[in-house]
Amino acid sequence: MNSEEQESSVRIAPIADHALYIDFGEVIDAAVNQRVTALAKRVATAHIEGVTGLIPTYRALTVAYDCTRIRQARLRARIEQLVAEPDAGADRVRSWQVPVAYGGEHGIDLHWLCDLHQLDPHDLIRLHSAVTYRVYMIGFMPGFAYLGGLDERLHTSRRESARLKVPAGSVSIGGMQTAVASVEAPSGWHLIGRTPARSFVPSREQPFLFGAGDEIRFCAIGADEFDDLWAQPDYLPQWTWRT
Amino acid sequence: MSTLHVVNPGLLTTLQDHGRRGYEDRGVPPSGALDELSFAIANALVGNPSGTGALEFTLLGGQFRVGQGGCVIAVTGDMQVFIDDRPVAPYQCHVLQSDALLKVGRALSGARGYLAVAGGFAVEPVLGSVSTLLRGALGGFAGRALVKGDVLPLAAPSQYLPVAARAPGQRLWPQREHQPLRVVLGPQQAYFSPLEIGRFLSESFQVSGQSDRMGYRLTGPGIAHLKGFNIVSDAISTGSVQIPGSGHPIIAMHDRQTTGGYPKIATVIRADLARLGQCKPGDWLGFSEVSVEDAEDLWCERQVLVNAYLDELSIRYGRRRR
Repeated sequence: MNSEEQESSVRIAPIADHALYIDFGEVIDAAVNQRVTALAKRVATAHIEGVTGLIPTYRALTVAYDCTRIRQARLRARIEQLVAEPDAGADRVRSWQVPVAYGGEHGIDLHWLCDLHQLDPHDLIRLHSAVTYRVYMIGFMPGFAYLGGLDERLHTSRRESARLKVPAGSVSIGGMQTAVASVEAPSGWHLIGRTPARSFVPSREQPFLFGAGDEIRFCAIGADEFDDLWAQPDYLPQWTWRT
Repeated sequence: MSTLHVVNPGLLTTLQDHGRRGYEDRGVPPSGALDELSFAIANALVGNPSGTGALEFTLLGGQFRVGQGGCVIAVTGDMQVFIDDRPVAPYQCHVLQSDALLKVGRALSGARGYLAVAGGFAVEPVLGSVSTLLRGALGGFAGRALVKGDVLPLAAPSQYLPVAARAPGQRLWPQREHQPLRVVLGPQQAYFSPLEIGRFLSESFQVSGQSDRMGYRLTGPGIAHLKGFNIVSDAISTGSVQIPGSGHPIIAMHDRQTTGGYPKIATVIRADLARLGQCKPGDWLGFSEVSVEDAEDLWCERQVLVNAYLDELSIRYGRRRR
């Protein structure tokens, strides 16, 4: 995609006097999401006076601002410049190894999914844990990570009715995505496992584990190992920088 | 250090401040006082720094027994206030002795009232804020609304002794404004035909009983979509007017989800958020369109007015040292 095409596909719109909305397209797609997080990084690095928050999502960046410090017209001009700049080359990203106890009490929908997709449980677990996922965005609940890259053989439309309570750490499948739940919450997604990694602990020095643009790989663990790790409140999964 | 003992918690009383800022990219909504204007005035009346946590009442106040050491309080919003069954004025600070009974009655207009205590409540902030997020059980007192029997610890008040203050003019009572809520269209107005946008801007809607700190659901005429009602999830702002499949608008409030998948026809401007925060089930709402530039002018003018009033209060405190 050349730079002209890139620019023409970007739509900048006001969210009243709260924020500017920079939309890259109505899709769930790694390339579009990459443009969102790359722009978020450029805006953050630019330290624009009056910008109060950056919220990257699947396909758009929302730039919140304080109009007593910068007017939207000026902010917009600045953002347009930053949009026109080329995305930096391969950024280094945080790459997480997240253990998951699949099936059993931790993944009560695993067998249902196996029946639906005519897969052996081991094959389903293998398909789910063989992929490197991209954190497309954090939303819904504090620290809840939406991941892209799910194998097509596992795409599954959501449940007809949502469960009222799904435990923290649940790993689930909804549509073409998979997710890691951070806190107990309602969910209409299919539960396949649970991680003992606590992705949101407000009192921890690093309250959140995952951020938009991070990578996640799952590794299967047994129920006993889950219990061991869950019993350690300080347990953090491993991560490395990947460039 | 004194305390407030909750004798009656009211309908829904939570600790709120000016919000949990800077974590929306991690899925944490801002929370905070729904009527930030009345909240700021309550703090100013007791000589607190702006943004100190205060109790937010919903439709009904509550009853509190003052612990040893007494305290200085102010109530804002259109609330009835009684000290040991004697009626006293809101928008004034009052010195309460040990064992006094503070009773805050119902809201005569609007939906929210605020109780600020000189020095604030001794509560550890969570992610930089003491605001309560019920969905998520974050902040406040154990992440929940007050219940009978709670003992609320108070922080030591500042060295300045509050004095009786003049009540603000009507311009600073958000619930007394009745013109339509002003909105900027978008960011997904392309999901609606000009005809439907015209209806949105001309019809009246009623705040339904299914309205809370997350959002207000409106009943009335449905707004039809031009091209489906699912979008790929993007960020939601406070004041975003989403149109779900039913066509009945939902206005996102402070405890909203940070992301969502319904198209947003319009967004309420900042200058009207405090008034929006005072709306209650049964209220009728309309919307009128303004430009971004007008919205910004209105907010800046509003801030000048509010800051002048708050400055006036703090100057008075400064002159009356203990």
